[in-house]
Amino acid sequence: MLRFIVRRLLITIPTILVVISITWALIKLAPGNFYSGEKPLPPAIEKNIREKYGLDKPWYQQYGKTMWGIVGHLDFGTSLKYQGQSVNTIIKRSLPVSAAVGILAYLLALIVGVTAGSIAALKQNTKWDYSSMALAMLGISIPNFVLGPILVLVFSLTLYWLPPSRWEGFPSRNLVLPVLTLSALYMAYIARLTRAGMLEVLRSDYIRTARAKGLSERDVLIRHALRGGLMPVVSYTGPALAFLLTGTVVVERIFALPGLGNYFIQASLNRDEPLIIGIVAFIAITLLLMNLLVDIAYAYLDPRVRYQ
Amino acid sequence: MATEKNPDHEDLVHIGPENAVAEADVHPDEAGTFVRGTSLWRDAWRRLLKNKLAVVGLVVVIVVTIASIIGPTAIKAIFGFTPDFIPTGDVNATRSLPPFTGPNGQFTWTHPMGTDNAGRDQFARVLQGGQISLFVGILSTLVSLLIGVTYGAVAGYLGGRLDNVMMRIVDVLYSLPYVIVVIVLLSMFRSQTPRGQLILLFIALGSVSWLTMARIVRGQVLSLKNQEFVLAARATGVSTPRIIFRHLIPNTLGPVIVYATLTIPQIMLTEAFLSFLGFGVQAPIASWGSLAADGIQNIAIFPWQLVFPGVTMALTLFSLNFLGDGLRDALDPQMRTV
Repeated sequence: MLRFIVRRLLITIPTILVVISITWALIKLAPGNFYSGEKPLPPAIEKNIREKYGLDKPWYQQYGKTMWGIVGHLDFGTSLKYQGQSVNTIIKRSLPVSAAVGILAYLLALIVGVTAGSIAALKQNTKWDYSSMALAMLGISIPNFVLGPILVLVFSLTLYWLPPSRWEGFPSRNLVLPVLTLSALYMAYIARLTRAGMLEVLRSDYIRTARAKGLSERDVLIRHALRGGLMPVVSYTGPALAFLLTGTVVVERIFALPGLGNYFIQASLNRDEPLIIGIVAFIAITLLLMNLLVDIAYAYLDPRVRYQ
Repeated sequence: MATEKNPDHEDLVHIGPENAVAEADVHPDEAGTFVRGTSLWRDAWRRLLKNKLAVVGLVVVIVVTIASIIGPTAIKAIFGFTPDFIPTGDVNATRSLPPFTGPNGQFTWTHPMGTDNAGRDQFARVLQGGQISLFVGILSTLVSLLIGVTYGAVAGYLGGRLDNVMMRIVDVLYSLPYVIVVIVLLSMFRSQTPRGQLILLFIALGSVSWLTMARIVRGQVLSLKNQEFVLAARATGVSTPRIIFRHLIPNTLGPVIVYATLTIPQIMLTEAFLSFLGFGVQAPIASWGSLAADGIQNIAIFPWQLVFPGVTMALTLFSLNFLGDGLRDALDPQMRTV
């Protein structure tokens, strides 16, 4: 087990560095500069700006400085657009927003998806199966930026049940619509994965054995079938996290939530270089560490994985 | 062995002792008669036609595609305006009209999906947006096919340490927040021309969506490479690239087609997502994503500006997904995962 973790870490750390380097290179290779606007700046001012931000140094010194700041001190520098705010402050402020929406959405997707998928598998080829799978397909096909506004139109602007947008702290009714919008896709995926996994497990010999030795249907399901049937869902956690992160970008934009995704889009549009690199680095680190945890959990649950 | 050919139907095979593996294979009634020889593709087609949802999906996809291609031209011929025609003169016409409504509130067939803020016909714009969305979806899928199939086949056929390294790279790329990197790429290299942005878009989308394809093809090649036909090719001195491209890849076509069908809606969704955020297609080019993004601005007052492009897109993706699922069940009944 320890060897497995060490081997995974040996892959994870270089990957994080590669992602940060690619982002850095993309920004540096792109034509223009963050200060180049509609009108060209007077040469003296341009020279001052280049000196202030270290742009007059050779590229490897700039790269070294950025990487050393991130790796050595976990310091991403200062934002260019939000004057006087460090990237770390911005991340610290916006992370709770994204995390609240993302975690709630994933939990909701897990609960609803596993339930619907199990019911569909147990009642295969009945109307329960067909209707939940059709709903799941709908969830996969409706873009979240269409679903979100439609939910707002119905529940906020027509029925006046829920507030349409804004962030008002963690437990608040403002979170209902963003969480629903974000979780629809994962709910659908998890339902399909659960159904496929459960169908395979329910046909297996050990379930027949469990039934044959007289266990109640409930015990067979919960203690035996779900354990094996949920393995595809566990292994989907990694990609789901990646997609949740990109999903929050849209959801935060629709519902005007001051989360990481919203800052990232603003930074990309404004060419706020330190903030872009900071958020990409932060997302890459979080994502890859989470993936590492998922891998370890998977190896723990299914010992065959360790020896691959 | 001379096989008798039916003069009228070239593809009918004579059932007789010469074509039978064993006497027992020939049904007594069929001996000496002609039946249609069946192939993998014909079997698959028959299974697909049995799947009602997949057939509906196929029909919808064909209808939407044809409508997108000829729609704008047909509307120009019938009503006399192009998708980017902005009416001038009548003040009432230069605002967003509800579906089936004329400038003075009367019923009319001219704008079945209403008009947008500038008074442009939504129906024509949705059809033209469909051209772009489908174009990006298909072209990016081709880019991802090219990379994924080659990568997977090479890794699978050469095997060993190289395979290990290549698949590890795929594993690593899998866990990356690639959409985030694509956003950085698209915003930094924002092209000055809409056409340039479009090319950038499908290269970016294609080059990040080949991973699953590479895995599928590798798996197929692994199971194919030890079969006799590969051995025969190698024994007769066929070069390695030729074995990969002429002998192995054509045999992986079934799963590749299935997965390509499922990749198109995914890429269209990503394109719409990027266009929605403002990193995708640029005006005057519009896609379903950018039309929906425009519509969201006015959702409370002019809901039809969002509803029509959004629903058209969802319907198309829905159909493509059902078609892909149906194809998977038809072509490879064993490959039933998500």
